[in-house]
Amino acid sequence: MSLKNWLYALSAAASLTLPAVHDAQAEDSIYVPLFTYRTGPFAGSGTPIANGMHDYLTLLNERDGGIGGVKLIVEECETGYDTKKGLECYESVKPKKPVLVNPWSTGITLPLIPKAAVDKIPVLSMAYGLSASAKGDTFPWIFNPPATYWDGFTQILQYIATQEGGGIEKLKGKKIGYIYLDASFGREPLPLIEQLSKELGFEAKLYPVAAADMQNQSSQWLSVRRDKPDYMILYGWGALNATAVKEAVKTNYPMEKFISIWWPSEDDAKGAGDGAKGFKTLNWHAVGADFPLLADIQKHVVDAGKSQVSSKDKVGQVLYNRGIYNSMLIAEAIRKAQEITGNKVVTGEDVRRGLEGLNIDEARLKEIGLEGFTGEVKLSCADHNGHFSTFVQSWNGTTYEKVSDYIAPLSDKVGPLLDADAKAYAEKNAPWPARSEACDAS
Amino acid sequence: MLYNIFIDPFVQMAQMPDLLVQTLWEGLVSGVLYALIALGFVLIFKASGVFNFAQGIMVVFSALTLVGFYEKFSAAGFSGHTAAFVALVLTAGVMFVLAMLVERVVLRPLVNQPDIILFMATFGITYVLIGFGEMVFGGDPKQMIASELFLPSGSVDVEMLGGMVSFQKIDIAAAVIASVMIAGLALFFQKTRIGRALRAVADSHKAALSVGISLNQIWVVVWFAAGLVALVTGIMWGARSDVSFALEIVALKALPVLVLGGLTSVPGAIVGGLIIGIGEKLGEFYWGPLLGGGIESWFAYAIALLFLLYRPQGLFGDKIIERI
Repeated sequence: MSLKNWLYALSAAASLTLPAVHDAQAEDSIYVPLFTYRTGPFAGSGTPIANGMHDYLTLLNERDGGIGGVKLIVEECETGYDTKKGLECYESVKPKKPVLVNPWSTGITLPLIPKAAVDKIPVLSMAYGLSASAKGDTFPWIFNPPATYWDGFTQILQYIATQEGGGIEKLKGKKIGYIYLDASFGREPLPLIEQLSKELGFEAKLYPVAAADMQNQSSQWLSVRRDKPDYMILYGWGALNATAVKEAVKTNYPMEKFISIWWPSEDDAKGAGDGAKGFKTLNWHAVGADFPLLADIQKHVVDAGKSQVSSKDKVGQVLYNRGIYNSMLIAEAIRKAQEITGNKVVTGEDVRRGLEGLNIDEARLKEIGLEGFTGEVKLSCADHNGHFSTFVQSWNGTTYEKVSDYIAPLSDKVGPLLDADAKAYAEKNAPWPARSEACDAS
Repeated sequence: MLYNIFIDPFVQMAQMPDLLVQTLWEGLVSGVLYALIALGFVLIFKASGVFNFAQGIMVVFSALTLVGFYEKFSAAGFSGHTAAFVALVLTAGVMFVLAMLVERVVLRPLVNQPDIILFMATFGITYVLIGFGEMVFGGDPKQMIASELFLPSGSVDVEMLGGMVSFQKIDIAAAVIASVMIAGLALFFQKTRIGRALRAVADSHKAALSVGISLNQIWVVVWFAAGLVALVTGIMWGARSDVSFALEIVALKALPVLVLGGLTSVPGAIVGGLIIGIGEKLGEFYWGPLLGGGIESWFAYAIALLFLLYRPQGLFGDKIIERI
């Protein structure tokens, strides 16, 4: 037989064998795809998150043999933060029966919202995506803990009010600039900003930055110089964050008045040098690797050469730990699903129930090895977000330091708006299915 | 509405002349940097009639190579400046090797093929460079080694017109370096033997070959020159933000510059870059708020489109007359 024929024969054999192999895997494993972006313009933000997510799940496989004795099949799909590629990833993983998907992009999350209930695959959009998807009655398959972009905005507003020496009424008459990625993510809080600026009496100045101009923001910062906002709020991603901090330094904008949603990394601030000291971001978990779980990751994953981190000091950085948090939610939802159903190998429907029953208290955090890492997480059938408190951290030139107490969102303001937005979404996408999923007693 | 469009922006210019000067300066700097990117496209188009889609990724690749080499030499104990300049020389070497590979592996087998085939081949080069770059350097953003290359930092603040105008030293350096580079390339094209040969190749591959011009040599020279332009562009853009694959999309801004200036003209790239740079900054700053901001991304294309209606070959491009 010629080499060519051998190759044909081998490929034919492989094509016949592969489905059988996959079915065999499906019987005694749990398939967890991770939508990641280690390439493209947003890789600077995507890579550490991907590493954190991957390393936590790898640890569970290496140290514990998976979850409840069932191995996890962890597979990354590269989206490049591109909605089209993200949807291709979704279609490619769907036949493998994932127990949930993590789009890691608001743009990818939005088109998955109507698909989730049809395909019975829960979507975990951790602190991103559609804010109104916190409403479990309308969106039983979408989960976005621990806080929405709308919550985050009100938390920043409250921090600003504190700096002004009082309550939220102190915002009256203030000028607040909002610089953001002009994409689904950055546009997400715009309805809230419009509403709150009227209610609270502050003037909002908007500075959208197109993806193509992430590294070329001089126009926006010239406008900042002209408008002289009292505070600046940043909702950026990828190179937008690093450039915004540099431009703010260049414009001599006071760093103590420049506050971001929870996405900037250490690298984003570092590039601007000493001038970036005082730059602030929200966060809800610790920075650093001084936790038993992270020590285990170091030992079982990083030192064993099973991580993709470029250097050991990346473990514990803010976005790496964000990935850890995301995988903690995945793992605990699977564990809860196993507990609810009594099955070791769980499905997407089971994990949806697991997410609704998620209750990670202090004792559980200690068991995981993350005591003091973050606050408790408790979701319910009605509340898929939790609207948990966050704190403000400040860049000190080397790392981020916590500089505020935990700040709860303005639920009295955000709650009714989320209700209205969820209702509007359902009406716009009529006939939006009424929730038919039963609710486990929590 | 008419007042907001036709009167108010000019009132603002008169009321805050310092901000107008600042806007013009920012536009000038952006324009020079756009011109640098466009120059890379023009060089290759002049020599081979190919629109090089890979120019953007060459900017990223050269900047990442520079920082990558620097990190290696720095870790090996070289001092900051020494490591930086050794890295600079080695990166230039890598761009030369890349030029040779492109000529040998991609262009030579495609001689006399239709332009669209060569254009598609540059897509291939783009994806090879993306994949290779990500494999070697990873996706993490890196800091440009500006101070190690003796590029200045800080600003020169000048009180004028009742306000303060701030000139970043790195921007001044970028403008000077880009101007020197552009002047050098213009001289190279006009006054040297290789420059003349290069223009002959641009006119007709077959005719150039028939008079003994080595097509292969010219292509290596021009791709190497485009590689050096990409390296300088990468250093300058990288110093303004960071070095990451996000730089690749900045290169898209060269397209309206090329439409405006013409694909075959070095002065066109410069003038086009300046018009686009200044035009988009003025547009975003004075007229952007009327449209909710963020008009910069399409404003450059709108300017280019206007020019295209009246001068399809661009300001300085050659009028193409084809026998049909």
